[in-house]
Amino acid sequence: MSRLHVELPGLSLKNPIIPASGCFGFGREYSQFYDLSILGAIMIKATTAEPRFGNPTPRVAETSAGMLNAIGLQNPGLEKVVSEELPWLSQYDVPIIANVAGSLEEDYVKVAREISKAPNVHALELNISCPNVKTGGIAFGTIPEVAMQLTRRVKEVSEVPVYVKLSPNVTNIVEMAKAVEDGGADGITMINTLVGMRLNLKTGKPILANRTGGLSGPAVKPVAIRMVYEVSQAVNIPIIGMGGIESAEDVIEFFYAGASAVAVGTANFVNPFVCPEIIEQLPELLNQLGFEHISECTGRSWK
Amino acid sequence: MIRKEICKIISQKLIAENIYELTVKAEMVHDITEPGQFVHIRVGNGLDPLLRRPISISSYDVTEEQFTMIYRKDGKGTSQLASRVPGMELDILGPLGNGFPINEASIGETALLVGGGIGVPPLYELAKQLTAKGVKVINVLGFQAESAVFYEQEFSELGETYVATADGSYGVKGFVTDVIKDLQFDCVYSCGPTPMLRALEQQYSHKKMFLSLEERMGCGVGACFACVCKKVDDPSGASYKKVCSDGPVFRAGEVII
Repeated sequence: MSRLHVELPGLSLKNPIIPASGCFGFGREYSQFYDLSILGAIMIKATTAEPRFGNPTPRVAETSAGMLNAIGLQNPGLEKVVSEELPWLSQYDVPIIANVAGSLEEDYVKVAREISKAPNVHALELNISCPNVKTGGIAFGTIPEVAMQLTRRVKEVSEVPVYVKLSPNVTNIVEMAKAVEDGGADGITMINTLVGMRLNLKTGKPILANRTGGLSGPAVKPVAIRMVYEVSQAVNIPIIGMGGIESAEDVIEFFYAGASAVAVGTANFVNPFVCPEIIEQLPELLNQLGFEHISECTGRSWK
Repeated sequence: MIRKEICKIISQKLIAENIYELTVKAEMVHDITEPGQFVHIRVGNGLDPLLRRPISISSYDVTEEQFTMIYRKDGKGTSQLASRVPGMELDILGPLGNGFPINEASIGETALLVGGGIGVPPLYELAKQLTAKGVKVINVLGFQAESAVFYEQEFSELGETYVATADGSYGVKGFVTDVIKDLQFDCVYSCGPTPMLRALEQQYSHKKMFLSLEERMGCGVGACFACVCKKVDDPSGASYKKVCSDGPVFRAGEVII
């Protein structure tokens, strides 16, 4: 068995490298650069019951070592994702993790029920942490009881394991993690972006039309590491860690903190080849660090 | 094909106030299909700025395997780019997007090329290719002030060229539209500030027209949905085009600008 192979609920991963939801579309753009089958899995863009245009532009602003985005869950809607995007992705030998979003509990349930039937969808990622929509998204991800209830409802209808994507914009992320575990979550993905803002020096107005946006990129990595470290020791379900990963070293740091796999987001925009490059570099890094298999790294830093 | 290539800088020159002309050696010139395409440049190896900078291609030479860009030093990224000297290397992703369709202008016709400020550069390669094909070009270039004017001579060698400055310090005082009202032409190609494109679209809606749009971009390849614009023909407002991968050049009337 490969040194990078990872088994998680619903997911048999060739390697633990997964492009993060919202940073990889439905894979088409990056298929120009490399064979998507080399990836561990793909987290596709958040899917809602109906098509969504998203927020007005400008939707991105840069910050030191990071970026703010306020896309607003733009997507073609459940029907098109199921009839066009997922069948297109099925030409690749790669499991799909479908990111599910909505405004109401019923929306999540509907999307989860339908999208989990697709043959190449091996897991769901419940998006209760998008900071850029007025209703839904993060509204489900900041109150433990609400998150637990939603997780439970989605678990009832999903035909595949359910991972819940946590928001870092909470006072106590461990409490949130325990709540979704109690709701029946099979795993946790974390972290989504941190709410931030940038202002235009000349106009005094926010750069983003949405005023605020989600901060991602290397700037958020220490926050993500700390949260994965805390949550992984408090729950008994696996964590897919993310937040500013751009190198094989970053991947190992997330594993040390307690992750069992990782997702790479913003770095795809900087270097479209970042995922294949990390996958190629990992075995050599494991050699240097003296590990036979990458899973040995999980939780190395726990107290 | 889109390449990610490490390109050597051949020259970098200040050609007007804060305006730089940068030429690099790049195999990706073989993949350029139209004037008006752009590249996405990583200006340094560090994390600040993190993202690439989209910059349009102003001219290219397939035989010499090199292309030129003209950009304005404005923020952190372009300031770093302006400090790079010949011999240094740049990480460039490209060519990206769809440019100006030169086959939309027929031999013997007159094409009006309208550029505003840093929107002028991609029109230079367009003027060269249209002229080479046998299309007459009239160039109307708008700038803020005399200190910002560039490439007047280069454009003049290809066709009748007018310069307008907002403050009247050079050429015609006013906007490009003040110059255009007295000209005769068959089709329009334009790149520049959104208000200028909007004015052209409104005033010359009966003409065949192609507009190059600008929007803040993330990935540059269509994955991040940062640079979307709405389509004119969809009243529901749900359908869209991406400026980076569907554009940056659109036929007037296709998207809402």
